[in-house]
Amino acid sequence: MDKKETLIPIGPYHPLLEEPEFFKFYVEGEKVVDAEVRIGYNHRGIEKLSEAKTFDQATFTVERICGICSTSHPFAYVRAVEDISGIAVPERAEYIRTIIGDLERIHSHLLWVGLAGHFLGYNTVFMWAWKYREPVLDIFEAISGNRNHYGMFKVGGVRRDINDIAGLLKAIDDVESFCNMLLKAVIDDPVIKARLKNVGVLKKEDAIAMGVVGPVARASGLAIDVRKDHPYAAYDRVKFETIVMEGGDIFNKTAIRLLECVESAKIIRQCLKQMRPGPIDAAVREVGAGEGIGQHEAPRGEVIHYVKANGSNYPERHKIRAPSFMNVPSFKRTVIGESLADAALITAAVDPCYCCTERMAAVEPETGRVILTGQELVRLSQEKTEQMKVKLRG
Amino acid sequence: MLKKLFKWGLKKSLWVYHAGASACNNCDIEILDLLTPRHDIERFGIVLVGSPRHADVLLVTGVANRQVAPRLKRLYEQVPQPKLVIAVGSCACSAHLFRDSYNYVSPIDEIIPVDIYLPGCPPKPEAMIDAVVKALGKIQ
Amino acid sequence: MSVIEQIKTRFGGKAAVQERSPRRVYLTVQKQDVTALGEFLFRELGGRFSTASGVDTRPGVEVLYHFAFDRDNLVVSVRTLAEKPELELPSLTPAVPAAEWVEREIHEMFGVNFAGHPNLATLLLPDDWPDGVYPLRKKTFESEQELTAREN
Repeated sequence: MDKKETLIPIGPYHPLLEEPEFFKFYVEGEKVVDAEVRIGYNHRGIEKLSEAKTFDQATFTVERICGICSTSHPFAYVRAVEDISGIAVPERAEYIRTIIGDLERIHSHLLWVGLAGHFLGYNTVFMWAWKYREPVLDIFEAISGNRNHYGMFKVGGVRRDINDIAGLLKAIDDVESFCNMLLKAVIDDPVIKARLKNVGVLKKEDAIAMGVVGPVARASGLAIDVRKDHPYAAYDRVKFETIVMEGGDIFNKTAIRLLECVESAKIIRQCLKQMRPGPIDAAVREVGAGEGIGQHEAPRGEVIHYVKANGSNYPERHKIRAPSFMNVPSFKRTVIGESLADAALITAAVDPCYCCTERMAAVEPETGRVILTGQELVRLSQEKTEQMKVKLRG
Repeated sequence: MLKKLFKWGLKKSLWVYHAGASACNNCDIEILDLLTPRHDIERFGIVLVGSPRHADVLLVTGVANRQVAPRLKRLYEQVPQPKLVIAVGSCACSAHLFRDSYNYVSPIDEIIPVDIYLPGCPPKPEAMIDAVVKALGKIQ
Repeated sequence: MSVIEQIKTRFGGKAAVQERSPRRVYLTVQKQDVTALGEFLFRELGGRFSTASGVDTRPGVEVLYHFAFDRDNLVVSVRTLAEKPELELPSLTPAVPAAEWVEREIHEMFGVNFAGHPNLATLLLPDDWPDGVYPLRKKTFESEQELTAREN
């Protein structure tokens, strides 16, 4: 390492990420010249644990991979198991799956927008977004009995029915109007625009090379969305738009996430209206032998599960790939050359919810050359926003 | 005398540091949720702080894996006396379904002393407030 | 021409094609052909590299590379075998950059050596994890005993 470069470690304490990481930034003055990541602080060996569970138990094991995408993993997993021997799922169960999947998208995106706001020094956005996220959690509580970790999925169907259609429709209307309000408030704000435009740009060719998924890919002009491209559940029976933007910067990523909330509300409303009474579970007795792949468009992008069964009651191999596993490596291509004040925000934009100062503070530097902690990085980012505010007013 | 003063000071405003030890984010997000308008714990003088050196209470979530366990211990040592530890969530209390994992070492309460156990997957924010209030009772 | 037909014309002699359903195709190839096939799928057919997975089997570690074809609603999985005891495979990373992290993971979990991979440093396991213990291999009983023995 050159003498002029300084090493700045971030992490590993910020468990808001699906996969907590330890970032090291090498800087020259204000500029980031290199970056490294070390993950594994959250590695709990779920793939191995899953091999010792029955097919039904594994649904709840994979649910506990992540608290934010707690539906995405079971969704992809049950689809992988159903793919093994072509289990058909009742229609009503498919609608309920779609509703749960897209409610989760709304709550996850609002969560990210709030945390990004906190990063920028806009705590109002943080408080607002999280305030409007609460009604979504209330809907979950009404449907499943838990605010997170809903336990709704099982191989061949869902575990609980949705009964109060009228009440849910009203709740969704409220959620949609909040999202629209937040969308206008955030997108039209000149400071947020100035702060996020052309920052942390991920070029289209880099996006293809790194295989990024979800809003990160769609912000870079890649029109990929598992819900459209590989239709499943009830997604082929509802109308919705895939939001694609060309810029690849953080502003686009923010806008896409907010616009997707509105689309999700539309999906849920259509599902609630189209749903017909019927069974919600196919009562699967046997899975059989073979291998299956299940995909699901999680809030952060494609989740893919690969399950190999040998005819017994346990999966022989269960491979899980979360979207962040593809998205996080791409940050190296976006962060280099940017200023340090933007670094925290860029890493946050790659994956939602890389935030919350407490968790970014360095626990114990592994080299002794700590100059800044994550907390100070956020402060730096917030100060830059303040300066911009002054500049834009003057 | 000095001890009394410490206790009095601690009772009025608890500063909380949140240490996530390979959790699934769920408890962590619910902890953050406490800050936001619905629950707003700041009205009780409870503040989440950014450094363990400023904290009175350590909230631990998740199962400590091999990578995290030594770091958690170091974190605990950095918190000044008097201190309280609350294990939030089933994972921190009993390792939940991860006790068979190859990357799991030992229960949290064998790594650091735990004062209050708060089970649930995840515990509701109301339960978390209750746990902190019980922690206050423990000081007296 | 559909994706499967293109694969068949180009790699017909080398890849055994198994069409499990119109949406899931599995190709089995010898390990020396993996890189060429991966590059063909990624560069020429425009497949998106989704992930790779390893399975510990009797003859060796079976590695599957999954490519998603989003326009065709198709997932193509390329299966190959790293034989015991060397467990060596050519790395796909130089051709498909997205494979970097997942190959690192398979290296850690199964001990497969990817020749030509830029960086096989530890990614997921703890810093003090003993060498030569691979958690996702099937013979875990022995490796667990070994692990406890080393710790004591």
